[in-house]
This record gives sequence, structure tokens and C-alpha cells, in this order.
Amino acid sequence: MDIYTNNYVIVAIFLILGVLLPVATVSIVGPLLRPKKPTAEKQTTYESGNIPVGDSWVRFNVKYYIFALMFVIFDVETLFLYPWAVAYKELGLFALVEMAIFITLLVVGLIYAWRKKVLEWN
Amino acid sequence: MSELLQQAPSLGNTLWFILAAVVLLVILLGFVTYAIYFERKVIGWMQLRIGPNRVGPLGLLQTVADVTKLLIKEDTRPKNADRALFTLAPILAYAPAFGVLAVMPFTESIQFADLGIGLLYYIALSGITVLGVITAGWASNNKYSLIGGLRSAAQMISYEVPLVMSVVGVVLLTGSMNLREIVEAQRDLWNIIPQFLGFAVFIIAAQAELNRTPFDLPEAESELVSGYHVEYSGFRFAMFMLAEYVYMFGMATLITVLFLGGWLPIIPALDFIPGIVWFVLKFSAYVFLQFWLRATMPRMRADTLMSFAWKVLLPVALVNILLTAVIVSYQQGMF
Repeated sequence: MDIYTNNYVIVAIFLILGVLLPVATVSIVGPLLRPKKPTAEKQTTYESGNIPVGDSWVRFNVKYYIFALMFVIFDVETLFLYPWAVAYKELGLFALVEMAIFITLLVVGLIYAWRKKVLEWN
Repeated sequence: MSELLQQAPSLGNTLWFILAAVVLLVILLGFVTYAIYFERKVIGWMQLRIGPNRVGPLGLLQTVADVTKLLIKEDTRPKNADRALFTLAPILAYAPAFGVLAVMPFTESIQFADLGIGLLYYIALSGITVLGVITAGWASNNKYSLIGGLRSAAQMISYEVPLVMSVVGVVLLTGSMNLREIVEAQRDLWNIIPQFLGFAVFIIAAQAELNRTPFDLPEAESELVSGYHVEYSGFRFAMFMLAEYVYMFGMATLITVLFLGGWLPIIPALDFIPGIVWFVLKFSAYVFLQFWLRATMPRMRADTLMSFAWKVLLPVALVNILLTAVIVSYQQGMF
């Protein structure tokens, strides 16, 4: 139990340090060292030296959503694969057959996406 | 460290943990400084140039000078940017890159947290970096940033799937996600040999996760200026660069632990050389490979990038899982 608590104390320390370093350098040490003379020109959005045209918060290619969906499906699949892999040696042949069926089902999904040409980028 | 882990949690021990983490952070900053220096130097040599040689002896202080310049540079923020998200993005990119190091075993004795789910922790946390990138791209309200950020996000999530799947083979062989146990299980044979397919997929997908050549499209300077961090300047920009190299440190450590036998010697007879030396050797070999690839490989085309992950790497990773499972059952005498 002690080792468990200690482990997560360390994890918490790492995460806090990870947040602290950027915050400390950018917001606490930085302002003491760097100049701050904002002008309107400096604060315009960069667009190769031209005056920016329109807004950039626009609708973008739907392809990105499809890849995000594919990612969710296969990443969740991987989450199921991990516990199976850890316990595999104890579970025996039944686990192998089950997982083969599970992977086959997902491969069918992948083939479907492949045939529907959503994996192409054009 | 391992004795402290066994003791009951107390304030004194927590202070030791904090001290150890700060020491690692300092080592890490040293690594980043000289990784950048050697990257420029090695690529210079490969292209028959000299590389940085002006600041300090042999140019050794070049990166120090660069970082100091970034620190004293004005921090401009575009008026149209989303203030809160613009500030948050560098933190989101950096914090997980450092957080993953909490579970890394460097040698038998040098280790921080000894989590049973070490590998899963790494995978879960490293996924957050994508959020930092896409937040930066969106919050800047800049067209280059948006395209770079979205491209980067699409690339990173597409390659994350084969990346995490290629590791399942290693978990199958070991029967554990604890990184220390994974290293110990490689005493007879490093995983790179039985898991060669997994290793090949992992190393390719890792390049894409790190946004490095030949998968450096998000930063394609010839078309997108510099991708998702066009609008970032000064130390906020430095945080993105730092995150990139810290993530490289994490990935090099992970590859060493998962496939190259961690701190174990190449043959048992060489056991008298301390584990940390072996670790550093393997680690440096991977880091050198990064520089080598950057000097030799051209950038991939955007339209082939996605299909490569889904049509080549993912099926290979799945085949690797099934093959490994069958071989493990055979060894266990299940057939």
C-alpha cells in the first residue's frame, strides 16, 4: 500500500513540475527580463506580411473528423487488447480464439473504410 | 529510490522525491541543450559543413545563447488570438512530455515511480500532447497555424494507433505492463529480435509522433512557415521546442526499455560495466538515428502520409499481435 501511495505522489510531483516550469519561465521570470512595447502592428496576425484577410476560425475539411472517428474506434480497441495481453498466459487458447474474432471484426471495419476510400487524402 | 518507495509516505520522503525530480529536470535541460547542439553539428558534418562553431569553444554554448535570446525577447500575442487558449497551449504541450518520465526505469536502482501500468500511463499521457498542438493551432487565429495544427493532430492520432498496437506484442511476451518487469524479461533475448515487426512499426510511428523527418509535415517550413507555432515568440515558442525534445528523450527511453533491453548488457559476460552506461549507449544510438534520418530523408507527401499509417502500419501491427499470440501459446504448450 505504501509503495502505491508513493508511486502516485511521484506522478503528481512530475505533473506539477511539468506545469510549473512553463508557468514560472513565461509568467514570472520572463516579464522581468523581456521588454514589453506592444504596438498595433506587432499585434496583427501574421500572414506573409499582408494585412490578414478574414478570420481563421472557419469550417475545415471534414476528412479530419473521419480520421478522428477512426482513431477513437481503434484506440478503444487497443485499450481492450492491453488487459488481454497482460493476462494472456493464464487465459489459454480460449482467449486467443476470442481475440482473433474481435480483431477480425475490426479488420472488417478497416476494410470497409478502405473500400469507401476514406483512407485516401484528396 | 527503491528503499524510499517502500517506506511509509511522509513529508521528508516527499521532499526527496521533489529533489530527485528537479535533478532529472536539470539533466533533461542539459540533454535538450546538447541534443540541439549535436543535431546541428551532426547534420552539418553529414552535409560537409562545420555546424555551429562560434559561441564558446567548438560552439558548445550556441544553444545556451539561443535560449537566452528567446528568454529576453518580447513576447507578442496577436490581438485576434484566443487569449486563454493561447496561454494554455504551451503548458499542454510541455507538461505531459515531462510527466511521462515519472515511470521510466533508467537502471535497476535509478527509477522514479514503479507503476504496474507504466506502459499504459505513458501512452495515456503522451496522447495529451496532441491537444497542446491543436489548441495552439486554433488559438492563434492564423491560417498557417490552423492548417499546421490540424495536420499535426491528424498525423499524430493516425500514427498513435499503430504505435500503441505494436507494443501489445511486448506486453504479450512479458505478461506485464510494468516497465521494469519488461526489461527483466529481456535478460535472455532483447525484444527487438522476437518482436522485430513490432519494433519496425514502433520506430516508424514514433517518428510521426515526434513530428520529425520524414514526418515533419506539421512544421513544413517551405509551405506553412512553421506550422502550429507561427504566432508564438519568445519563451512560449521555446516551450514548444522544449516539449519536442523532452518528448524525444521520453521516446528514446521507451524504445530502449521496450525493445533494446534497457540497462542489460549486450552479452552477460559484459555485466561488470554499470547498467547506466549500457542505457546511455542504447539511448544515444536512438537519438543519433533521429539526426541521421533528418539529414538523409526527404519529407513525405501529405496525401501518402495518412494512408501509410492506416493501410500499411496498422495491418502489420495487427498481424504482429496475432503472430505473437500464436507463438506464445505454442511455447506455453497450449496446442
